[in-house]
Amino acid sequence: MLPRDGAASTKSRFATGAGLAALGRRYGALAALALLLLYNLLFTRNFLSTQTLYVNLTQVATIVIVAVGMTLVVATGGIDLSVGSLMAIAGALAPLIFLSQAPALSNPAIAIPLAFVLPVLVTAALGLFNGVLVTSYRIQPIIATLVLYIAGRGIAQVMTNGYLQSFKNPAFQSIGLGRPLGIPVQVILMLIVVAVAAWAVRSTVFGRYVLAVGGNEAAARLAGAPVSSVKRSVYVISGALAGIAGLIVIAINSASDANLVGQNMELDAIAAVAVGGTPLTGGRALVIGTLVGALIIQLIRFTLISNGVPYAAAQIINAAIILGAVYIQRP
Amino acid sequence: MLTQPSTMPSPWRASAQWLGRNGALVVLVALVIFGAGRYDGFLGVYNITELLRYNAMFGLLALGMTFVIMTGGIDLSVGAVAVLASVVAAQLSYLGAFPALLGAVLAGAAVGLLNGAVIAWLGIPPFITTLAALLGARGLALILANNAAVSVDTGAGFASIGLDGLLGAPYPVLILFGAYLAGWVLQEHTPFGRHVLAVGGNEDATRLMGLPVRRIKLGVYGLSGGLAGLAGVLLAALTFTGLPTEGVGWELQAIAAVVVGGTLLTGGMGSVSSTLVGTLLLGLIFNLLNFENGRGSISLTAYWQSVIRGGFLLLVVLLQSRAARRAP
Repeated sequence: MLPRDGAASTKSRFATGAGLAALGRRYGALAALALLLLYNLLFTRNFLSTQTLYVNLTQVATIVIVAVGMTLVVATGGIDLSVGSLMAIAGALAPLIFLSQAPALSNPAIAIPLAFVLPVLVTAALGLFNGVLVTSYRIQPIIATLVLYIAGRGIAQVMTNGYLQSFKNPAFQSIGLGRPLGIPVQVILMLIVVAVAAWAVRSTVFGRYVLAVGGNEAAARLAGAPVSSVKRSVYVISGALAGIAGLIVIAINSASDANLVGQNMELDAIAAVAVGGTPLTGGRALVIGTLVGALIIQLIRFTLISNGVPYAAAQIINAAIILGAVYIQRP
Repeated sequence: MLTQPSTMPSPWRASAQWLGRNGALVVLVALVIFGAGRYDGFLGVYNITELLRYNAMFGLLALGMTFVIMTGGIDLSVGAVAVLASVVAAQLSYLGAFPALLGAVLAGAAVGLLNGAVIAWLGIPPFITTLAALLGARGLALILANNAAVSVDTGAGFASIGLDGLLGAPYPVLILFGAYLAGWVLQEHTPFGRHVLAVGGNEDATRLMGLPVRRIKLGVYGLSGGLAGLAGVLLAALTFTGLPTEGVGWELQAIAAVVVGGTLLTGGMGSVSSTLVGTLLLGLIFNLLNFENGRGSISLTAYWQSVIRGGFLLLVVLLQSRAARRAP
């Protein structure tokens, strides 16, 4: 009897262990976010002010917007290293349009909408270029998007000759500085992007296809999923979202520096996706998780810095947190 | 009637395959011939020495990356590790050349071994592990350097690594070729080299064969870290400073050099010599651009450098993809 009891108890202990691991996988990121919020409520002065809230949200908004596109790309088993460079291209192009002396662009009613739309169309087209390399030429996503990672920032620098473009244009800068109902515009944009993407993954055929392609590409193809066009679409979406993020960044800064806009964004976005629980192997897309992941990274940085930890040390702790989060959530 | 067209041998297919494998070398030779014919001093000792001296650190990063990629992994931390090592080297430079070099290489190898341990024993994907190491190593470099560039102690002999040489060859160039020679021997003539390819080809089968997969992974990431440390030594020796903010995107340049050379990211194949070709090719493009600007017929700013490099990477991967599809 005794050995059997022992066996049973080990088994149940294993079961609890597995249960804990499953809980960690499912709610680990959310629990970490809750803990961070609780810590700040208790120990960070003035944490509960709209000022603090908005500082954090405006800082995280561009990362979230890019990371949502990255989530879809990662869900198909791909990766997009070009997002930061695409941000620089959009950021270089928009001021060229609304600062242009060309007669056709002298009317702000034409120039301003064009400064919003054209850069995003261009980065979406560059996303399509990434997608075509991945699908039609079967180039591995990391290499395909490495091309534009390297060339893209150069293109932005060539477009502006490397000069800083500074400007003051309230109509254009509303995308970074506007506050309808007191809420920063980019935070609203971020929430819309997250909501639409989460809905699309859960409730649309496209979303199902994305997961199917990442889960088992051969099976998805046999089942009739339009694998190539689904893959191209996610890179187009990622490119367009990177373009929007680039516009927000230059609007906040009142300046566009092709050397700096979007630098290291690919790393921030991938980190947010990974902490959010989306596996890099594809087949799953946790859009809300990505939002939570980006918020965790942002809050850790904020908490450490507002408690006097230097930026560099915060960076190291961030690295450890990313590893820990992925370790807990590993399949 | 039963012959399958795809398995028919044809001279065209064979040459396409050969070109796919050695395309980088062909282009390198073609560019050298082009440059030699067009520019005065292109094949001069000064130009060749400077080209190699400047590209030595990128070559070292790409060498370590080659071993990592052959196991099917990736190391995004090499640029940050090189920067960390450059700070360590600058801080130890008062002890003299050798202690500073050793300290920096050991610091790099330590980060690499940590990467390898996390990847092999905790099972976290290489991409994430080395991404975290990138952030961590950059943070550590900033802390060590106290957020500022660290000057090299020029009185203690460390600076001679960047300034002097043997028999007319500067030390960075000797280190580059020495490292590639050692890497070639390691890859082609030792069991470790075979094991690295085996892990990349089929990890499960390699484990079932009884090979120590985890230790092999530990080895390649440790090697990559150590070589990145050596690259950091060269960075410090050439600039006389440890630069905690330098090296952004170097990891991706190193991956580009490996890919341009012809090693596929899927693992299980690749060669050390092709990465040297890839590194030299990417460096040569910038060199040619400088010469062309010098002639005055065109005037391209330095910003074109990355556009052309990216376009070149595109060309190479497109050619490889065509050759791979033609191959049976």
